[in-house]
Amino acid sequence: MARAVTNQRKAVMTALAWAIGVMIFFPILWTVLTSFKTEAEAIASPPSFVGFAWTFENYVEVQERSNYFRHFWNSVIISLGSTVLGLAIAIPAAWSMAFVPGRRTKDVLMWMLSTKMLPPVGVLIPIYLIFRDTGLLDSVPGLVIVLMLINLPIIIWMLFTYFREIPGEILEAARMDGAGLKAEILYVLTPMAVPGIASTMLLNIILAWNEAFWTLNLTAAKAAPLTAFIASYSSPEGLFYAKLSAASTMAIAPILILGWFSQKQLVRGLTFGAVK
Amino acid sequence: MATAHSRVAARLMISPAVLLLLGWMIIPLSMTVYFSFLHYNLLMPGTHDFIGLTNYRYFLTDPAFFAALLNTLLLVGGVLVITIVGGVLLAILLDQPMWGQGIVRVLVIAPFFVMPTVSALVWKNMFMNPVNGLFANMAKALGLQPFDFLAHAPLASIILIVAWQWLPFATLILLTALQSLDREQLEAAEMDGAGAISSFFHIMLPHLARAITVVVLIQTIFLLSVFAEILVTTNGGPGYATTNITYLVYTQSLLQFDVGGGSAGGIVAVILANIVAIFLMRMIGKNLDI
Amino acid sequence: MKHAPLKYASWILGATSAVALSLAAHAETITIATVNNGDMIRMQKLTDDFTKDHPDIQLEWVTLEENVLRQRVTTDIATKGGQYDVMTIGTYEAPIWGRQGWLVPLDGLGDDYDLDDLLPAIRDGLTIDGKLYAAPFYGESSMVMYRKDLFEAAGLDMPDAPSWEFIADAARKVTDKDKEIYGICLRGKAGWGENMAFLSAMANSFGARWFDMDWKPQFDTQQWKDTLTTYLDLMKDAGPPGSSSNGFNENLALFQTGKCGMWIDATVAASFVTNPENSQVADKVGFALAPDNGLGKRSNWLWAWTLAIPAGTQKAEAAKAFIAWATSKEYLELVAETEGWANVPPGTRASLYANPKYQEAAPFAEMTLQSIKAADPINPTVDEVPYTGVQYAAIPEFQGIGTAVGQMFSAALAGSMSADQALQAAQSLTTREMTKAGYIK
Repeated sequence: MARAVTNQRKAVMTALAWAIGVMIFFPILWTVLTSFKTEAEAIASPPSFVGFAWTFENYVEVQERSNYFRHFWNSVIISLGSTVLGLAIAIPAAWSMAFVPGRRTKDVLMWMLSTKMLPPVGVLIPIYLIFRDTGLLDSVPGLVIVLMLINLPIIIWMLFTYFREIPGEILEAARMDGAGLKAEILYVLTPMAVPGIASTMLLNIILAWNEAFWTLNLTAAKAAPLTAFIASYSSPEGLFYAKLSAASTMAIAPILILGWFSQKQLVRGLTFGAVK
Repeated sequence: MATAHSRVAARLMISPAVLLLLGWMIIPLSMTVYFSFLHYNLLMPGTHDFIGLTNYRYFLTDPAFFAALLNTLLLVGGVLVITIVGGVLLAILLDQPMWGQGIVRVLVIAPFFVMPTVSALVWKNMFMNPVNGLFANMAKALGLQPFDFLAHAPLASIILIVAWQWLPFATLILLTALQSLDREQLEAAEMDGAGAISSFFHIMLPHLARAITVVVLIQTIFLLSVFAEILVTTNGGPGYATTNITYLVYTQSLLQFDVGGGSAGGIVAVILANIVAIFLMRMIGKNLDI
Repeated sequence: MKHAPLKYASWILGATSAVALSLAAHAETITIATVNNGDMIRMQKLTDDFTKDHPDIQLEWVTLEENVLRQRVTTDIATKGGQYDVMTIGTYEAPIWGRQGWLVPLDGLGDDYDLDDLLPAIRDGLTIDGKLYAAPFYGESSMVMYRKDLFEAAGLDMPDAPSWEFIADAARKVTDKDKEIYGICLRGKAGWGENMAFLSAMANSFGARWFDMDWKPQFDTQQWKDTLTTYLDLMKDAGPPGSSSNGFNENLALFQTGKCGMWIDATVAASFVTNPENSQVADKVGFALAPDNGLGKRSNWLWAWTLAIPAGTQKAEAAKAFIAWATSKEYLELVAETEGWANVPPGTRASLYANPKYQEAAPFAEMTLQSIKAADPINPTVDEVPYTGVQYAAIPEFQGIGTAVGQMFSAALAGSMSADQALQAAQSLTTREMTKAGYIK
C-alpha cells in the first residue's frame, strides 16, 4: 500500500476524531473553565474562553460553605462498600450460573435484570419507612446496602458473561488433578477472572458514585455524599453559575480521574459477552 | 459434567443473591401494592381508607398518562437511535490508525462519568439558556435569533442531554467488539473490490449485532427511569411535553405526596417495564445465546 | 473463601457506623435543614456567634435547593423520620403542618425576642389558635421594578400604585425589540412557586379566585379568562423571547443586563438589581407597588421562609435556642455589622424598617414594607374563599395541582395551546384532583 495515502488518511482521521472528541468533551471543559471565572464573567455575553482573570475564589467559597471532604469521603465509602459487598455476593452466583447452568439459569438472570426496572420513586415511601424502623436513615451502611441491591443484577450479569468465556476444559483438568472446589476457584478461576472482575468493579463504582435518587432521599447530614453536595448549589435565588461550576467540577473530578486512569481495565471487561 | 455435589454447591452459591433480590423486590413491592389500594396522602395522616381500584382509575385516566407513555417511548427510542448510530460511527472512527488515539478516547468517554444532575444543570444553564447560554451567544454572534431549546424543543433537548451521557458507553462496547473483528476478513473483502460501504453492511454490522443488542438492553434498563435530567431542566413541561412515566409517578408521590396514587403509578410502571423486558428478552434470545 | 469478602465488607460497615455514632455522642448536635438562598448561606457563615454563646450545642447543616429541600423535609416529617431538628419551611407549609400537630409551638423564645415586632401580615399566617408554630427568617412580597431612564425617555411617569392598564400601556411603549429592550419581564416557567405564584396573585387583582366556597375550581370564569389573556397578550407584545421557561433567575439575568423595562417579581430581587457589582442598571431602578384593577386587591404575593421544629425531636430546647437566635433583632444587627445593612434578611420585623440606617442602605425598603402590608393572606381575594394564602391555597393538594395548572399556562405562553384550551385543561384537571381528594363530593 502507498505510504502517502495512508499517512494522508491518518491525518484526516486524526483531525476528524479530535474534532469530535473535543466537541463531546466540551461541556465538561466549559464547566471547568467557568469555575475559574467570577460570577459576572460567567454570565457575560459574549463569553470569553481563556482571556479572563482566573480566580480560585469560587473553590474557596465552596469549601467554606460545605464540608466537601466529608461528602467526598461518604461517596468513596458508599461506592466502594456497595461494590465490594456486591462482588462478594455476585461472584459465587455468577460462577455457579456460568459453570453449573441449569434449565432455569436464563430465566433467573432475566428476572434479576427486571428488578432494576422498578421505578425508584414508586417505592421511596416503603423504603423510607423500613429505613426509619431499622435506624438506617442517613447512615452509610444503609446506602451501601441499597446501592448494592440496585446494582447487583448488573454485576451478576457482567460477571456471568465474562465467566462464561472461560473454557470449561480448564476446570475439568483441574478437577482431574483432584483439586477441590475451593482450590478450583482460588487457583484456576480467579486469575482468569480478574480482568472481568476489575472492570465490573470499576463500572459499579461509577454507577454508585453517580446514583442521585437514593443517595439524596435517604440521607440528611451524616451520610450525604457528593450528590447532596451538588443539590446545595443547584438553582439558588440569584445567578451563581461560577460557584455551581466549581462545585460540579469538585463532584465529578475524582470519578473522572479514576475513569481515565483505569479506562483500559474498564474496557477490557465491559463487553457483556458481546465479543466472540 | 456437573456432579450432584457441585449442583448443591452451585445452589448454595447462587442463593444469597437470589434471596436478597427477592427480598428487595417483594418487600417494597408488596407494600406498594397494598398502598395502591388505599386513600393515603402523607400530608393527611390518619386517613388510610381502602378505596379499591380508585387510584388505578385516576392514574390511567390522568390526561398526562398517554403523553407520558409516548414520551417514555420517544425518549428511550430517541436516545437508543442516537447512541447506537453515533456509537457505531464513532467506534469505526476510533478504530482507524491516528495520532493521539488514547487522548481522543479519554475525551470521548468522559461524559459517562458525569453525574446526571450535573450534566443536566450544565446543559440547561450554560448551553441551552436562551439569554446567556453558549448556544444563544453563538446564535447572536451569527446574527440569528437565539433558539429557546427547552421551551420549543423540550423533549428533543432532553434526548440530546441523555444521549450525550450514554454515547460513550455505547461507543466503548461497540469499539471493543469492533477490535475483535478479523482484520483478514476485511482485507480480503477489500481485495475482492468490495467498497467501504458494502463491507460495512456485510461484515462489520453483522459482527456488531451482539454488541448492539447488549447496548440496547443495558441502556433501556437505565433509560426507562430517566428522571434527574427532567426534574432539573423542564419539570416535565411545558404542558406534558417532557413528562415520562417515571416523572409522572414522581409528581404523584413527591409533589402531591399522594402515596396511594404514586403507588398505583409505580405498579403500572412496573407492569409496563416488564412488557418491555419481555420484548427485550425475545430479542436477546435470538441474538445472545445465554 | 466465600465468606471472607463478606466479613471484610461488614467490617467496613461496622467501622463507618462506629464513626457516625461517636460523632453523635459528642455534645448536643442539632441538624438544620435549609434552602441554598443567600440569606441562609449568610446565616450558616455566622454560626460561630451562636455556638460562642451555646458551647454545648453543635450545628449540622443540610443546605439544599428549594425543591429538593421541600421534598426531603416533607417526607421526613410526614413519616416521622426524625432526621432534622430545625426545618426551613415556607408560609405554605407552616399552617398545614401546625394544624396536623407536626410542629412544636414556639413559646418561650426569650424575653427580649419581642414577638410584637414581627410584621402582622406574616406573623398571622404562622399562628394557629394564638400559638406561633414557625418563626419568620425572611419575608417577601412582590412589586414592580422599572427602569427610570427608559420611562423618562418614553415620557412616562410611574405612579407609586399603578393600574394594570398603565402597566400594559407603558410596557408596549417602552418595548424596542430591535435594541433587545422588552417592556415587561414576567415569570413563565411552570411551577406552583414559579409562574403560578405570579399568576395567582395577578388573578386576585382581576377578581378571580382558585376555588369558590364549595371548593369548585373557578378557571371557567370570565375573571380568569381576563387574567390569562391580559398576561398572554402583554407577553406577546412586550415580553422577551422564550419567556415560557423564565423563572426568577432568568428574569433577573435579563433585568440586570438591561433588557427589561419592567419586572414584577419578589421584593428580594431589589437588592440584586441595585447591586452595582452584578447589575448594569443598578442606578436606574425605580420601584412601585404591584398593579391593581381598582377592585381592592393588588397583584402582589406574600411569602416568608420560616424556621420550625418538627414534633418528636429530642432536642427541642436546643432547636428553640437556635431559632430564637436566628430570627432575633440581634441577628439583624450582627448581619449588618459583618455584611452591611443592605444584606440583612428583610421583611420580618417592623423595627428594621424604622431603622434609619437600613432605610439609607436599602432604597427599596419603603416599597417592600408597603407591599408586604398590602398583602392579606387571610382574605386574599375579592370574593370570599375557603382557603388562606395569597398566591397559593394552603391545602396539601395545592403543590401538585398548582404545578399541573402552571404547566398548562406555560404551554399557553409557549404557544402550544390557546388561552381557552389552557383554562379548560386547568379546570378539568383541578376538578379531577379535588374530587379525588374528597373536597368535591
